Amino acid sequence: MPRVHDRGGWPDAGPINKAEHDLSMWEKRTDALLMLLARPTKRVLRVDELRRAIESLAPDAYEKLSYYERWITAIEILLIEKGILTRTEIDQKAEEINIHQS
Amino acid sequence: MSAKFKPGDKVRVRVGSPPGHLRTPHYIQGKTGSVAAVHGTFRNPESLAYGGDGLPKQFLYLVCFEQTQVWEQYPASRQDRLLIDIYEHWLEPA
Repeated sequence: MPRVHDRGGWPDAGPINKAEHDLSMWEKRTDALLMLLARPTKRVLRVDELRRAIESLAPDAYEKLSYYERWITAIEILLIEKGILTRTEIDQKAEEINIHQS
Repeated sequence: MSAKFKPGDKVRVRVGSPPGHLRTPHYIQGKTGSVAAVHGTFRNPESLAYGGDGLPKQFLYLVCFEQTQVWEQYPASRQDRLLIDIYEHWLEPA
């Protein structure tokens, strides 16, 4: 039984929506964040690690999250794992941003 | 270090689902194809995925399969091919 990310040969869920769609600012920032973290001069993390972290998501979370939601979730997992940020620091910052925006 | 296989060699993909990260999709495991090209050596992603150095480097091959061999009831031509990159430690002689 293949794991949730190993999709080749699974029954499909209908035709793929091939329409172009705009990326939101947070999605672009997530992409930029990964590029900065993975750049060879620093190499805080590797894309292989990002893949592994995405693949470690629980199957229901994997199915529910969008493409960049998987990325940012995996980036959080790796930054915590490497001791660069703590869960508390990330949650506090998110809370501050929520307060400023509301 | 020299490559174990050369273009034209028949190879079978090993079957396995070791815990951790791997680049050998489930659908191609156990299938037999032929080496189309030797890409060279690359750090092993199964180690890189956990912060390892990926050494020793592994040979990576472009392997060619007949689609009718990969998928049951494949509807189209027997000439259709699947080309996929597979690391050497996932291949055995066939």
